[in-house]
Amino acid sequence: MNMLYSIFVEPFVLMGSAPDLLIQTLWEGLVAGVLYALIALGFVLIFKASGVFNFAQGIMVVFAALTLVGFHEMGVPALLALILTIGVMFVLAVAVERVVLRPLVNQPDAILLMATFGLTYFLIGFGELIFGGSPKQMITRELYLPQGSTDLDLLGGLVRFQHIDIAAAVIASLIIAILAVFFSKTRIGRALRAVADSHKAALSVGISLGQIWVIVWFAAGIVALVAGIMWGARSDVSFALQIVALKALPVLILGGLTSIPGAIVGGLIIGVSEKLGEFYWGSLVGGGIETWLAYIIALLFLLYRPQGLFGDKIIERI
Amino acid sequence: MNGREMPVTVDVASLLAVENVSLSFGGVKALSDVSFDIRRGEIRAIIGPNGAGKTSMLNCINGFYHPTQGSITFNGERRRRMRPSAAAAGGIARTFQNVALFKGMSTLDNIMTGRSLKMHSGFFWQLLRHGPALKEETAHRRVVEDIIDFLEIQHIRRIPVGKLPYGLQKRVELGRALAMEPQLLLLDEPMAGMNLEEKEDMSRFILDVNQHFGTTIALIEHDMGVVMDLSDRVVVLEYGRKIADGTPQEVKRDERVVAAYLGLAHEGDQA
Ligand SMILES: Nc1ncnc2c1ncn2[C@@H]1O[C@H](COP(=O)(O)OP(=O)(O)O)[C@@H](O)[C@H]1O
Ligand SMILES: [Mg+2]
Repeated sequence: MNMLYSIFVEPFVLMGSAPDLLIQTLWEGLVAGVLYALIALGFVLIFKASGVFNFAQGIMVVFAALTLVGFHEMGVPALLALILTIGVMFVLAVAVERVVLRPLVNQPDAILLMATFGLTYFLIGFGELIFGGSPKQMITRELYLPQGSTDLDLLGGLVRFQHIDIAAAVIASLIIAILAVFFSKTRIGRALRAVADSHKAALSVGISLGQIWVIVWFAAGIVALVAGIMWGARSDVSFALQIVALKALPVLILGGLTSIPGAIVGGLIIGVSEKLGEFYWGSLVGGGIETWLAYIIALLFLLYRPQGLFGDKIIERI
Repeated sequence: MNGREMPVTVDVASLLAVENVSLSFGGVKALSDVSFDIRRGEIRAIIGPNGAGKTSMLNCINGFYHPTQGSITFNGERRRRMRPSAAAAGGIARTFQNVALFKGMSTLDNIMTGRSLKMHSGFFWQLLRHGPALKEETAHRRVVEDIIDFLEIQHIRRIPVGKLPYGLQKRVELGRALAMEPQLLLLDEPMAGMNLEEKEDMSRFILDVNQHFGTTIALIEHDMGVVMDLSDRVVVLEYGRKIADGTPQEVKRDERVVAAYLGLAHEGDQA
């Protein structure tokens, strides 16, 4: 009886009696959610255009952030390091197209998935070799990202907004908006959707698959870099970040592998439920809900709607 | 590509010459030593029972398949292997036997993809939708709108093509190929699965494209009536071999063709 009370009644009473805490929790959930959405977006772009389930997307987040900080540690000014890192992500996209996609085109999906495992271990090894394995600080101030926080008096209490979180939400939303316009309104965006729908029809009108693949892997690289900077600024930059990046998986199950709106909504749902779960129900199980709740939600979702919220493709069993 | 040693056998009037083309998949011989040509401005039908190698032939012409033997000369350039993008850039457009459209995109966007090779504005202008990119987009939109008017599909401009009935999808696919302003248009069973009225419309469009724009057409079709009406010359394939080649009248009287089609009638296939 007591248990039921603390599951079904107490948390909601608390939400009602201290709405400022609820807002604080929701805000933190939204910020985490936007970043999850960004990582999931990288997956969706690549999956749509090349049919590859890119296991390496998470490690690309870490690799991009490490490269940025690594360049800076070598004495490169922050903004130049940012430009160089973007260059590295471009080279990575071209290399993936040449070395992985082009030779393996028309191979079964499982082979391409294995190739992205290979890419993951390559990036871990290469990243450690060049930049070392120890955690690093994100160069937040050097990149002119805001620090500190503002407390707002909301609903009878102070709600704290970290400036970096506000920046993360704004920048991530901006990137998502730019990508949306790009894909719906431009020639390259149209070509990209064409490739996602039918390879042979795209080829017949002269669209080059290789060019499109480079563009999506580059876009996914940029998205990874932004996610890496923002997440790195909230904790630090290390390979432990890939745990966070793996949260994209439940997000994808929720949103569907092929849906950009799905990635966004799925990201927000996972982010918000995690924070709510941790804050209001965490004490019941001794905390740590954040590490597994997303997977439970995804599992429930798989049972009832395997194609995701907006997705049109059922995730195949491998 | 060795354009210097132009084959003497190729008629200057030929837009395309297929010479001794063979194609195998493992043990299966899809094409065996097939030769024929397509003259500028004509409608050339390719007929034959199912599995005869007609689609494989088109796939060789537009670079999807590479012949195991033989060569294909297009516009005076002889090639053994050609990439699909090179074929498209050279002026070869096509439709597919089982419609291959971009299902999530509107009719308008589908046909716009046919302009891909003709649009060149840079990445950033496109993103800004400004300056050269906007001007380019507008100019190509106008061409596409003309094609939409020509095919009488104004009413479905904005509809995602996946939602359209099959007959209209085939029409949109033709529109996408026309948007490439091709020299050679390859049509793989454009009327399959259509009712009589839709077939008549499609026949009219094919004739108009051929007569008004001078587009050379290779047409795979099962309906003999349509083939007789539309085509200038007919190639007949059976089991990957060419068994007849000539005007519709000649081909219709050919014993081997009659035999091939009688055999087919036993299997209960249409044609
Ligand atoms: N990609 C392929 N792989 C294996 N066999 C193929 C392939 N494409 C065509 N074939 C074979 O080639 C033969 C000719 O097929 P196709 O060109 O589609 O005939 P048609 O279009 O005249 O009906 C068939 O036996 C078919 O099974
Ligand atoms: Mg066929």
